Amino acid sequence: MVQLTLPKNSRMITGKTWPKPDTGGTMRKFQIYRWTPDDGQNPRVDTYFVDLDDCGPMVLDALIYIKNKIDPTLTFRRSCREGICGSCAMNIDGINTLACIYGMDEIKGDVKIYPLPHMPVVKDLIPDLTHFYAQHESIMPWLETKTNRPAKEWKQSIEDRGKLDGLYECVMCACCSTSCPSYWWNGDKYLGPAALLHAYRWIIDSRDEATGERLDDLEDPFKLYRCHTIMNCTKTCPKGLNPAKAIAEIKKMMVERHV
Amino acid sequence: MRYLTARKRAEGKGASGTGTEHFWYMKMSGVGLAIITPVFLVAFGRALGGDRAEVLEAFSHPGMAILTGLVIFFGLRHYAGGAQTMIEDYAHGTMRRALIIAVTVLSYGMIATGLFALAKIAL
Repeated sequence: MVQLTLPKNSRMITGKTWPKPDTGGTMRKFQIYRWTPDDGQNPRVDTYFVDLDDCGPMVLDALIYIKNKIDPTLTFRRSCREGICGSCAMNIDGINTLACIYGMDEIKGDVKIYPLPHMPVVKDLIPDLTHFYAQHESIMPWLETKTNRPAKEWKQSIEDRGKLDGLYECVMCACCSTSCPSYWWNGDKYLGPAALLHAYRWIIDSRDEATGERLDDLEDPFKLYRCHTIMNCTKTCPKGLNPAKAIAEIKKMMVERHV
Repeated sequence: MRYLTARKRAEGKGASGTGTEHFWYMKMSGVGLAIITPVFLVAFGRALGGDRAEVLEAFSHPGMAILTGLVIFFGLRHYAGGAQTMIEDYAHGTMRRALIIAVTVLSYGMIATGLFALAKIAL
């Protein structure tokens, strides 16, 4: 059955409150999830104070401030710092989003930061995305063709190219999938909004010739039909995409094959 | 602990090849019930408050009997389909299969009982 309580080794213990920086600037309180597999301890929430006068405006800036100036053991992923790579996805103020494009001014009160929910944690704010990436790989995120390769290129009309807008922009940050209750309860089988959005991106591509096979691979009560149109995915997507609509379009195509 | 690749774990046993039929049936029965249930409730409400003979007469009318039969059958099959979805969401393994069997048996049992009672009244 679904676990309604945290397992013993996931229950929070009292965290450490780090001293305020002695800089005299405007301080902002951060409460950050900490866990490491190295010490055998349960997770905790540490409290930090960030000098806003010495720090950029985004949550990622504050995390970098903490790592550089307060606690070098704080661990998180980051790379592009402009919402393109999807590395710094985490749960900030109760919302799955990218720390690099989420402004501290959007948050009232203390800033609470946790890793993406319902994923195994590697360390601190880093979730294990192995299964998530494998699910993405399983939908064959590449062009499948049967016709002989053309001499120059696979042509596509402007209209058909337009159908990929709102789909190709996905950066696989996993914010949507980890906000989905269906993915929480059945993430082992349900592909989740991110993988399904990518599946639709290839199904709808006018150059792809494996539409039937792709739909066959999704014809399953769990892989596709665990989506109950909860819409958390669309609400949380930091890129403003609509995975729920993509999933609905796949379901529509499935019904069109039957009826 | 099994030494499986991430891809093998993600693929599992592959797609079952089902799902759309259930999805479409739930949509169709949902729309159908949204139409016939209010009609049934109005007709049922009219029969309420009458004495036994009046109620039996109301349910023995062909229109009312057919409507009641449809509500019983599609209502309970829709219930079973919805309950199966909930069970698949929240229960796993043997518990999942046992609960789905129980719900299916319960729905068909209630359908048989309802239709038998209806037949006894209407015929």
